[in-house]
Amino acid sequence: MSAADTTLPRPRTLGRATVNVVVALSVLYTLLPVLWLVLAAGKTRDALFGSNILSLKDFSFGRNLHDLFAMDGGQYGRWYLNSLLYAVLGAALGALVSVACGYAFDKYRFRHKEKLFGLVLAAVMVPQTVLALPLYLMASGTGLVNTFWAVFIPVLFNPFGVYLGRIFSQGYVPDEVLEAARIDGAGELTTYARVALRMLGPGLVTVFLFQLTAIWNNFFLPMVMLSNQDLYPVSLGLYTWNSQATVEPDYYPVVIMGSLLAVLPLILAFVLLQRFWRSGLTAGSVK
Amino acid sequence: MAATTQHAPPAALPGTAPAPAHRTRKAARRRQLGACGVLMAPFFALLVTVFLIPVGTAVYLSFYGDDHPGLGFGAARTIFVGFRSYTAVLTDPTFLSGLGTVALYCLVYIPLMVIGSLALALLLDSGVVRLRASAQLGLFLPHAVPGIIAALIWLYLYTPGISPVVELFAKADITIDFLGLHTVLPSIVNIALWSNLGYNMVVFYAALQAVPREVIEASVVDGAGPVRTALQVKTPLVRASIVMVAMFTLIWGLQLFTEPMLLSQSSPMISSRFSPSMYIYDAAFTRNNYSLAAAASVVLLLCTIALSYAVTRWTSRLDRTEEAR
Repeated sequence: MSAADTTLPRPRTLGRATVNVVVALSVLYTLLPVLWLVLAAGKTRDALFGSNILSLKDFSFGRNLHDLFAMDGGQYGRWYLNSLLYAVLGAALGALVSVACGYAFDKYRFRHKEKLFGLVLAAVMVPQTVLALPLYLMASGTGLVNTFWAVFIPVLFNPFGVYLGRIFSQGYVPDEVLEAARIDGAGELTTYARVALRMLGPGLVTVFLFQLTAIWNNFFLPMVMLSNQDLYPVSLGLYTWNSQATVEPDYYPVVIMGSLLAVLPLILAFVLLQRFWRSGLTAGSVK
Repeated sequence: MAATTQHAPPAALPGTAPAPAHRTRKAARRRQLGACGVLMAPFFALLVTVFLIPVGTAVYLSFYGDDHPGLGFGAARTIFVGFRSYTAVLTDPTFLSGLGTVALYCLVYIPLMVIGSLALALLLDSGVVRLRASAQLGLFLPHAVPGIIAALIWLYLYTPGISPVVELFAKADITIDFLGLHTVLPSIVNIALWSNLGYNMVVFYAALQAVPREVIEASVVDGAGPVRTALQVKTPLVRASIVMVAMFTLIWGLQLFTEPMLLSQSSPMISSRFSPSMYIYDAAFTRNNYSLAAAASVVLLLCTIALSYAVTRWTSRLDRTEEAR
């Protein structure tokens, strides 16, 4: 009996330790590459090749930062602004459009509604690469190719946002509120704008954040649509610079520094809006 | 009442004069439908222009091709070519090897991703992990790193001379070429895994939080250990999330483009037609063969639909056998 008492906790502490070690190793796996990026951003070109990554001998963070914004006549600053414009404006507008549609799917009844919703869901799984060539041909047919709009309009389309919008509407906007507004004589759209939209706030932020990430990550569409480097987003700009780095090693430090800066906006957005997207993830998966 | 609505009601329907109560109800219904239309119109305008028309165009293009009469010196005309482009795509060894590459990639990547992220979520949910919130944030961080930048970081970590990883291996007298013939695919799997592991972990963790505590307590009372509780009680209860994660991982996996595209700048092992998506890009924008690119797109689309359908069918059948038990 006493022997069992002393042996019982041992496998449990062992299991506890194993669990913590496994989680710690996984966290190292996800964090170390980012840490490498931070450290490498402070290296000169020569220090990048050869010297110990942890040594601070050739620390040149400030110079790399200066070089980054001076390279090719300040292209990087322009790309950064472009990315912000595509992502923030596109995600804001896209989220409004998707959530409004999701709300309508939830609150109104009409014929073939579920079939139409099925079409929306089907759109989620169509690969972007399938749409790229026709979109390019359409854009060149209307003269929009190689303009801001060629990238901006397609990224507004977010069928998954409609799906989330419908779920959020079910969860956050009780039907009784709409009935009350109708009895008060408020118009349908006024009710949506003044009452429902406010209740949908957290959902709207979640859809915004999903779409912000997607547009900031977008690489294929700009690559197809844009040839004018002034319109590039950061992703495509860094891709171009990296291809030059294989011939011209001076580009390495600026590509690394540019990558580091390009990571910051999304981290900032995720930290600031944390309590919204966490609820959004549950809504998307539990249903 | 109608004055407050901001849109014009649709034209009144002709018909027999209904009773007043009936008429107001009908008018209210019309107003509601009008508002519904206004709320849905922007999204469906997008759906038509950037989804339906492009898919239609892709299908159209795949059946038509440029014909160059007079030994290719005459002006090009567009003619109906039937399944010629499909035959060309499906007999092209580079396209087939691209399909094979993506199939292998998905076979390795999806199980690793689903099992890895679910295991981490179960570990974090077990309640024995210290600093749980920090661990979650650390695991989630790569999701904030854009795909192209994740590929860039790992490309540098794979490059001898820059990479501390390669250096470490070299000190242990191990030479690894991460971008060699047999290592390039695992290297790509690693990038994708690194990028999305934490995100899917959070999805699973959120679902696990929704599992009623009584269920878990009951299994503990029944004498199940923590491992059995995790595998036989919690895991079946988050099946919906598992299906969703597997589905999205599959859909994104089939589109494989960004990572190999970037790695191809430094590795001769990645051709310009490494994956079907790269094949489409190469056919459309390097070789300017639109009908070939369109046929490849349609094939990729059909593969995606078929596989997603198979996953839903398979899981709903599992659900049914579960219910029958």
